[in-house]
Amino acid sequence: MTATEPAHAAQAAEEALPNEEEAPIHILWINAGLSCDGDSVALTAATQPSIEEIVLGALPGLPKIAVHWPLIDYECGPMQGADTFIEWFYKADRGELEPFVLVIEGSIPNESIKREGYWCGFGNNPATGQPMTTSEWLDRLAPKALAVVAAGTCACYGGIHAMAGNPTGAMGVPDYLGWDWKSKAGLPIVCIPGCPTHPDNFSETLLYLLYQASGQAPMIPLDDQLRPRWLFEQTVHEGCDRGGYYEQGQFADEYGSPKCLVKLGCWGPVVKCNVPKRGWINGVGGCPNVGGICIGCTMPGFPDKFMPFMDKPLGANVSATASVTYGSIMRRLRGFTARKADQEPAWRSKGELKTGYRSSW
Amino acid sequence: MTTSADKLVEMSWDPITRIVGSLGIYTKIDWAAKKVVECHSTSSVFRGYSIFMKGKDPRDAHFITSRICGICGDNHATCSVYNQNMAYGVRPPHLGEWIINLGEAAEYMFDHNIFQENLVGVDYCEKMVGETNPGVLELANRTESPHADLHGYRYIGDIMRALNPLEGEFYREALQVSRWTREMFCLMEGRHVHPSTLYPGGVGTVATIQLFTDYLTRLMRYVEFMKRVVPLHDDLFDFFYQAMPGYEMVGYRRTLLGCWGSLNDPDHCDFSYRNMTDWGRRMFVTPGVVVDGKLVTTDLVDINLGIRILLGSSYYEDWEDQEMFVRNDPLGNPVDRRHPWNQHTIPRPAKRDFDNKYSWTMSPRWFDGKDYLALDTGGGPLARLWPTALAGLVNHDYVKSTGHSVLINLPKTMNKPEVTFEWKIPQWSNALERNRARTYFQAYAAASAMHFIEKALAEVRAGHTKTWESFKVPEEAISCGFTEAVRGVLSHHMVIRGGKIANYHPYPPTPWNGSVRDSYGTAGPYEDAVQNTPIFEENSQENFKGIDIMRAVRSFDPCLPCGVHMSVGNGKVLNKLHTPHAFNNEQIG
Repeated sequence: MTATEPAHAAQAAEEALPNEEEAPIHILWINAGLSCDGDSVALTAATQPSIEEIVLGALPGLPKIAVHWPLIDYECGPMQGADTFIEWFYKADRGELEPFVLVIEGSIPNESIKREGYWCGFGNNPATGQPMTTSEWLDRLAPKALAVVAAGTCACYGGIHAMAGNPTGAMGVPDYLGWDWKSKAGLPIVCIPGCPTHPDNFSETLLYLLYQASGQAPMIPLDDQLRPRWLFEQTVHEGCDRGGYYEQGQFADEYGSPKCLVKLGCWGPVVKCNVPKRGWINGVGGCPNVGGICIGCTMPGFPDKFMPFMDKPLGANVSATASVTYGSIMRRLRGFTARKADQEPAWRSKGELKTGYRSSW
Repeated sequence: MTTSADKLVEMSWDPITRIVGSLGIYTKIDWAAKKVVECHSTSSVFRGYSIFMKGKDPRDAHFITSRICGICGDNHATCSVYNQNMAYGVRPPHLGEWIINLGEAAEYMFDHNIFQENLVGVDYCEKMVGETNPGVLELANRTESPHADLHGYRYIGDIMRALNPLEGEFYREALQVSRWTREMFCLMEGRHVHPSTLYPGGVGTVATIQLFTDYLTRLMRYVEFMKRVVPLHDDLFDFFYQAMPGYEMVGYRRTLLGCWGSLNDPDHCDFSYRNMTDWGRRMFVTPGVVVDGKLVTTDLVDINLGIRILLGSSYYEDWEDQEMFVRNDPLGNPVDRRHPWNQHTIPRPAKRDFDNKYSWTMSPRWFDGKDYLALDTGGGPLARLWPTALAGLVNHDYVKSTGHSVLINLPKTMNKPEVTFEWKIPQWSNALERNRARTYFQAYAAASAMHFIEKALAEVRAGHTKTWESFKVPEEAISCGFTEAVRGVLSHHMVIRGGKIANYHPYPPTPWNGSVRDSYGTAGPYEDAVQNTPIFEENSQENFKGIDIMRAVRSFDPCLPCGVHMSVGNGKVLNKLHTPHAFNNEQIG
């Protein structure tokens, strides 16, 4: 990106060696897994913090960084001329870029199941002139990286491109590198699922890692599916503003209703995701909170375990039925209280003072 | 030819930055003549949607196909919903359609804005122009902006400075605009970029007064923003023609434009194939094919039946010997074996060989009865405005087609009076006009949204708040959906058998624009537009950035998740370059 400034500044700083300027942390972004680039696009939507705040050091203590991100990188020279974007990745491969964080976007296809060619590539392999596959980039760069970040459900767990019947054998980065894989700095793979990733979930995790990389934060707390705990430990349902309808046994029977969507296919009660709480962008939008069924897009079992999306989840049968019984009693009782609460106290009127105050005049 | 071959230099860009997805471009440049003489385009990613969708529940189609694209996924979801509406015979309540139109209009406003200012705009910023054409920058610094009073930048050089990445104020402002336009989008469709509230039969969005107030206040800010941006880009692009005579040939190709129409009018659209010709012509962006400046058709049925998917340079096996799913459309017209309804996707990964197969992109063409035309979309806006202007079918308070131009009326806003912009059919289909059309289309989308929100609010005020209609999935059906993705034509074709998806083939704009040499040898639009692009860059070979080539390619707004790489070469021995920056030039060629 971005980097334009920072990248150039960084480059200039390097070339001007020796220099007391701190060396930047490089962020190498490979968007050429089986992806849609939606996670790159999501990062441009982030506001807490925004990408320009991270890059320009707008938050206290942020280390200097240089981002090499295809989506908005200034650099775009030919391989045979000036300002070649891919050169940064070759530098990292040669061990000339220290330190760097590797971001992978998209699932990793199984390149060994076919006779020749490639399912996906990023730049060329200098030895063959053929596209360098994304898995080969992972083989080369992962051992040298400070951290490996999987951006979006595809990179985390395989996602939509790893659906049953897929021809490419797609999988997530942990499936490829191994779930116990650790970087040379001792970090597990950091997974930020979501299809696409929530903009701020991503930028905030990146921020955390930069603080950790510069010694200002302890090891990032991850759960057993390698997700940042503070973002993914609650369910959609726990943060959903339609949860009250569920409790009262009020379920939508058609889309467009403000009631609970569980009977229309919403998987919120079992899906780990903070979107209804956080909204999608600046608090606006989301899923069940604004009328969209939760299809479980942050989950390792996505998409297969949630399809067909528009059918009622099996598990919802018992709980929703129970809630209808319990909720109808609740609702009646609440009705009394609500009517009371919805009326002003009796003393607010013209004429005689009825508030209970005993006047001295 | 040996003498001229001596001067041929290979230059390749892989991956190209500031686009969506991974695209490489490999060219041969005649350095003495300052001209690109050959270009190949190739895509490096295969995911296989049409394969893994087989056998799935048809109602899952829009959730799945949204994931094709990370910047315009909602266009896919919308197209898929249209497609499903046809298959299930369901007509959503008007309000549901106005909500989709408002969401899609916001997508155009967001996506064109971020691409124009934060991605392609960088090709025209002070830093870039200074590094590639110092003389041009010097001229820009003393050329007064004709519309400085409207946008506030006195000199063209000031506009260029404002576009500098991150440090430029207009660059940063546009990045912010891209965020609150996405808020507008999320109000209507829930989530960007894969919507949560779209369904066949309508939307799940809860239609309250507040929903539309939240949208309208942001829309008016955008309307005011566009009153500055349209004259700003007119000044900037006009300057390039003036500063570099002949710049019209950069990215130039024959006018072969396709638009599948977008933004349905719920008063007319019943999603039936039988009435598609009529409701297609009622769309708020007119479908059409323009060849050499002439409007060939505005009929969606003609458009549908003319689509052909060719192979030739792609990593797939042919399907000549496979089953035909659809022999006749619902009107009885014959359907070709190479039509998406009858396509079979059979991948055959192979080495990249520019003399043979070199891309995961296929070659969609439009058959006019005589030729297999390699239509492009002009990055979307150019191909939308052109037929809309010629057809004279769009006419409401905010947009009027005149038969030769499009009038866009923007109402009074906080600090600016009412303004009417006129987009006129340009002389060329080239890089600068693709970019100029993008800016005008942003204004067009905002003006259209003014109309939609009035209609939507009228429904809500009348108490019509239903946004969704129920339906049943039939055992057997064939269906299609047409819309305009941000970067151009988008079609989805489906065949349902036994209540499951038997065949599903989406055709987004990039397979059209980024298509490769087909079985008849016809080059795809990127290849075609880059070939013959003159080089105006002043740098030597060692410092060459290829800015003119990048401007030609980026003008199409490439979106590669739908797949492309560009490359050179038919095996001729070329001069090798030796530069300190080349990571390894030996193996190329």
